[in-house]
Order: sequence, then structure tokens, then C-alpha cells
Amino acid sequence: MRAVENAVGVKIPKNARILRNLLHGAQVQHDHLVHFYHLHALDWVDIVSALKADPKKTAALADNVSNAPWGGSTYFKNVQQRLQTFVDSGQLGPFSNAYWGHSAYKLPPEANLMAAAHYIEALKLQARTARLHAIFGGKNPHPQSLVVGGITCVKDLTPDRIAEFIYITKESQEFIKNVYIPDLLAVASFYKDWGAYGGTTNQLAWGDFPLTDQEPESLFMPRGVVMKRDLAGVQMAEEKKVSEHVARAWYKGNGAKHPYEGETNPLQEDPKYKPGDGKYSWFKAPRYEGEPCEVGPLARTLVAYGSGHKQVKAVVDKILTDLGIPATALFSTLGRTAARGVQCLVIGEAMQGWVTELVENIKSGDTETYQSWDMPAKAMGVGLNDVPRGALSHYLHIENGKIKNYQYVVPSTWNLGPRDEKGKRGPVEEALIGTPIADPKKPLEVLRTVHSFDPCVACGVHVIDPDSNQVYKVKAL
Amino acid sequence: MEKEKKEFYERLEKKGASRRDFMKFCTFLTATMGLSSSFVPKVAEVFAAPKQRPPVIWLHFGECTGCSESVLRSQYPYVDDLVLEVLSVEYHETIMAAAGQQAEDQLHMAMKKYKGKFICVAEGAVATKYDGGYGKVGGRSFLDIAKEVIPNAAATICIGSCSAYGNIPAAAPNPGGYKGVGEALGIKTINIAGCPPNPINFVGTVVNYLLLGKLPAIDDLGRPLFAYSKTIHDQCPRRSHFENDELVEEFGSEEAAMGYCLYKVGCRGPETYNNCPVAKFNDGTSWPVEAGHPCIGCSEPGFWDKFTPFYEEI
Repeated sequence: MRAVENAVGVKIPKNARILRNLLHGAQVQHDHLVHFYHLHALDWVDIVSALKADPKKTAALADNVSNAPWGGSTYFKNVQQRLQTFVDSGQLGPFSNAYWGHSAYKLPPEANLMAAAHYIEALKLQARTARLHAIFGGKNPHPQSLVVGGITCVKDLTPDRIAEFIYITKESQEFIKNVYIPDLLAVASFYKDWGAYGGTTNQLAWGDFPLTDQEPESLFMPRGVVMKRDLAGVQMAEEKKVSEHVARAWYKGNGAKHPYEGETNPLQEDPKYKPGDGKYSWFKAPRYEGEPCEVGPLARTLVAYGSGHKQVKAVVDKILTDLGIPATALFSTLGRTAARGVQCLVIGEAMQGWVTELVENIKSGDTETYQSWDMPAKAMGVGLNDVPRGALSHYLHIENGKIKNYQYVVPSTWNLGPRDEKGKRGPVEEALIGTPIADPKKPLEVLRTVHSFDPCVACGVHVIDPDSNQVYKVKAL
Repeated sequence: MEKEKKEFYERLEKKGASRRDFMKFCTFLTATMGLSSSFVPKVAEVFAAPKQRPPVIWLHFGECTGCSESVLRSQYPYVDDLVLEVLSVEYHETIMAAAGQQAEDQLHMAMKKYKGKFICVAEGAVATKYDGGYGKVGGRSFLDIAKEVIPNAAATICIGSCSAYGNIPAAAPNPGGYKGVGEALGIKTINIAGCPPNPINFVGTVVNYLLLGKLPAIDDLGRPLFAYSKTIHDQCPRRSHFENDELVEEFGSEEAAMGYCLYKVGCRGPETYNNCPVAKFNDGTSWPVEAGHPCIGCSEPGFWDKFTPFYEEI
């Protein structure tokens, strides 16, 4: 949408800008919460060990580390009982056959029980948080109020709808502040060694949340690149320096192209995995000035931190102090997982101000939500976003009023893309080097780093190939 | 049963949901399923006291996981109850803790243990060209996985328009030859259409199966009649504006602010069968037309090719 708006030259009204920021902020709150508790926590939390916990001690631990609105030994006893009933049923459901009891799990049973309880609480909360999208977007997932030129939910800009939005975003933010961040710190304190593993060299963020119609100047999450881990030398990121390589991808050709010139010509043959110098992935390999870059919450956080972003700096410094680790430890699996919490907290706080701005703007009499526009015969446009998973760019070429070419470079292509023709590794491949593996047959540690990137691999490839003993290869590198 | 029921309501209350809230949900679900109100207590029993939780094997093919996400937003029953207390989700790549080889092993163990007894939920379209080369999990094509798992299921539910009809993965030019699961395997499937569908329609179908031991009645496109028997247009709260020729011609206009009919800005409601205006999404919060956006017809076969460009009048 931003790419089309850029191409046709339309500026969206203030209400539309604020509402898009609010919807996007809600997406960040929801996405990062679900990632931490439901897609990543069980790499660190041994849920079966929670059965051995003393509920009284768990209550004391929870009182000590978190400000959760629920707790006490009765509460944790009930949660434990619920888990016990579940285990006794002999049907472990989604918890079947995981690495429970693995030596790399470091939390004591009480911390595992606390985390298990919050896993369930977060599962409920996220369903309510998702309603934020439904209020101004009709539904979640796939909200439907966004159109080129603005937003369609003009009829929902009413006090009751706005109040509903405020209520739910506050509820989510309270959870983030009082439960998510304390849980993050409590779990991280047992895994400080992960501040040394899983790091990458370069970080790229397009930034997002425009606070005026000036981009990139007004972006709340700033745009920039951190090259070679030089936090003091953040540079402005420029889309023209992006290229996508297909030497190792299942597309025709071998070169690299800027996305405006990009082609999507899949090989019309059975795309078989060919290790060695062959092609082996549906992902292209995006590069910035020829270098691979990590994108996502860590990149956003590091670019903001390096640029002196007040709110991000305050939260990051507090986390570093609490854990007693240096800023260099942010370039790691631990840093990446913590960065999600940072983003949630900082963006969630900012949202409270954006709602007020929306209310004030409507009060002042501005009810514009849409700017009409005309389709030009010929135009080009680019849209730069930073969505929960990371930097996302869309490129559009219009000719005769129709799409001539449309390319997008998505976060998981940046992070999981294959090597380029020079053999340079992508971020996830680089991050896995040096990972300690206690048991090569149960590579829990590999999961930790891969999951920390929140890969979207519905269209990608498996990192671990059971037939080619890839697990052992990871260790050998 | 009585003791189990009592315990169930105690659990509910501990979680902050009253028995009344629960019965309200069961009544809503019963109505959504098109059953008479005499079924409400039976529907409640399905959630209150399952003897053995019905095993579910959930397969992901060519999709965006939006349908799984949609089910994760289920608020009544809350998804934790659905996953921990109503169903036994034995295999689901997104939410399961196991990964890699462990996950593959789990799939095979569950298939063996529950042979002929599990519900298979299929999400996503299946690549059929080049031996299924355009879509694989763990080195095996979606097509092979579907052929291995689905014939062993007690029932297969296709969740979302991709597994039902191919949807976006099958949209032109479709180099991988993606098809809906039914078409790819040459079988009839029950299709919870939508992109993504409302979780209430999935839950309603599952409850129908648990309660009556069979899948609900379907239309000729495999969609349960309880949810997909009427058009959006026929159930739309904006219908009177259509009849009165009160039409939105531009977003953000005075007419849009008054909630007029979206027919002229491309609404596909007249050609789309679904219960969105009645069931609404996210615990009844809203639905696209309420948010001022025309229906894009996401529960109709081939909607991406058939209904684009979306903002032009049909």
C-alpha cells in the first residue's frame, strides 16, 4: 500500500496515519507476546519440570520477580494441578515428544511453573489483544480497513470504539510491563551465557511509525544500518543499496539485481535440494551494499539504541544493568529475544500517546480519513516498513495503468536467505556458528537461535535435514 | 458425569468465566450451528466432560498460517481450553514444542496410535506439478504427506480457502500447480472456507462431530450449511441502504461515514456465502463491512482471480 501510495503520489490524512500506527502497534504487541510465550519460551522453559515445583516457593518467586495480577500458592497449585491432569491423561498434545529433561534447560522447577502459568495467561490475553485489530480493521488476522489513500473505518471513529481500543491496549500494556518484561528478565538471568551465542555482523532497519508525513525524519522507530557491530556508527539506510542474489536460489540466472529490476522466474523443473555449489532455496539472498544484514526486533532496537533513541536507550540500559551484561552482549540470541520485549514496551507506551493524539485531532474537527487519487499511466514506487519480523520493502512498477513488475523483500528472506555467488552466509547461518550442542541428536540449542529470529518458513526450507545429518554439520562448523 | 461437570464449572469460575457466560457461548454456538435450543446442554457437555480428548493432527501445506492464527483467537472457548481440555492437538507445526526429527516422529507415532480415530485438519493448498516439488516439509512433498495422513483419519476438515479450493497459492500463474486438498487427492472434503475463516465456524464443525458423531450438512462446495447457506448481502445490516439506493462512491465520504452500502466500491457480498455479518470476528467485535471495507469474497472458490480488481463494482 505504501508502495502504491508512493507511486501514485498520494499523502494520507492525519487520522489515517495515526490509525495505521495504532493498528501496527497492536500488531507488535500481539506478535511479540505470542512469539515469546508460545513460539519461543519452551526452548528455555521445561514445562514438565514444572510438575516438581513447590507452589509455595513458586508464589514467593513470582512475588519477588513479577507484578502479575494473579499469583499466590493456591493459584500456582491450581495451574500445577491442571498440568498434572493433562499429563495424567496420557495425551500431551502440543507438548508431545519435545526435549523435556534436556541438560540445556537451566530453570529450577519453580521458575518453570511460573513460566508455564504465564504461558496459559498469555494465550488468553493474546486473543483479547487481537481484538484491537477488529475494532478498526474488521477482523484479525488479516484486518481489512486499509486502502490506498487512507483507511475505511471512518464510521468507527466514535467514543465507544476508541474507548474499547484504549481499554484493551492498556490491558495488553499492563501485561507487557508487569508480566512479560519481568518473565524475560527472570528467564534471561539463568541463560546469560546466551549473550555470547547467536550474534550476527550487520543490522538493518527501515524503521516505522511516522509521527508526521515526513519520512524517514519523523519515524518513531528510526531507519538505519549498524555495520560490523559498530553501534556508535549508525548510518542512514537507503533502499537503493539493496540487491537480491539468485546464484543459490531456485530461480533462473546467477546475478544480483535491485528489486525494481528484480525478476521472479522459478526454475521450471523439479526443484531438488542440491548441496555443494548448487541451488538449494526458494529464498533469494538480499544484500545491503553487498553484505548480508539481520532484520527484526534486534536490528530495530540496535539502530534506535545506537542513534540515541531516548525511550529505547532507557529500557535497554535498564535490562543490561539488571542482568549485569555489557551492550556488546546484545548481538546474540539473548539480545534478540530481549529486543522483542524492548520493542513491545516502548511501542506500547507510545501507543497510549497516539490514541490521545487521535482523540484531540477528532475533537479539533478533523474527520478526514481518506485522500482520493488517480492511477497514473506510468509510475514507480517503493514502500518501506518495519513489521514485527523486520524490514519489509515493496517495489512497484506501473505501466499503462497496470502492474508491470512487483517485488518484495521480506524479513525472513533477509534472515534465512541462502548464500550469494561470493559464498557469503546469511544471518541465521552465521548466527548458528559456534553454538554449543550438548547432544547432537537433540539440538535444542539450535532451536533457540533459529526460533529467536521468528522465521516465517511457510515458504522456506528446513534448516535441519534429518536425511543428510545436517545436525552434525552444524556442530562441525 | 455430574462430578466432572461440577469440576468443570469450578475450573471455569477460577478462570473468571461464570457458568452463565459459558452457557451464553454454548447457546450462541448452538445457534450458529443451526441446531435447536434443546441441544444447548449437549453442546455444553462436549466442552465440560470429554472422556478422552479427540486427537487432532493438523497439517500445514502452502499457506500463511492465518487460519491457525484465527483459531488461536478463539475466545469462547478460550484457545487454552480448546487446546488443553477439549482437543488433543497431537501435531501442529506452529504450536507444538517438538521440532525437526522429533516432530516427524511425533506425527508418525500419533498416526499409528490413533489410526482411523483422529481428526485431520488440513491448512493450505497442495503443490501437484513436478511431483509436488514446489512444496515440501522435511524433504517430503505436501502431496505425499496428504496421501499418507488423510486416508487414516476419521474425518478431515479443510480449514481456510487454500486447503478448500487452492486460493492464493493456486492463483494465476500458479507455477507449482497448487490445488485444494480435495482436488489434489480426488476426495470430497468438508471446507471451512475463508481467508481466514471465522474460528466459530471451525469450532462449530468440530462440536457437531463430537456431539452427533458426524460432520455437519454441507453445500455442493463442501461448506457447512450452518455457516455458509446465505450470502453476505442477504444478511448485511447495510442491506436497507442498498434497497434505498444509498451507496458509498468514495471511501472517507459522508456516505461512508453514514454507513451506506459498499456495492459501488466493489463489495462482493452479493456473490459470497458466509455468516460474517451475523457471527462477526474476534468475539463479535466487527467484520470487514462494519469497518467500512467492501467484502472481498474470500470464502468463494478462486476468489483471488475471480474477484480482482477488488474495488470495482461487480
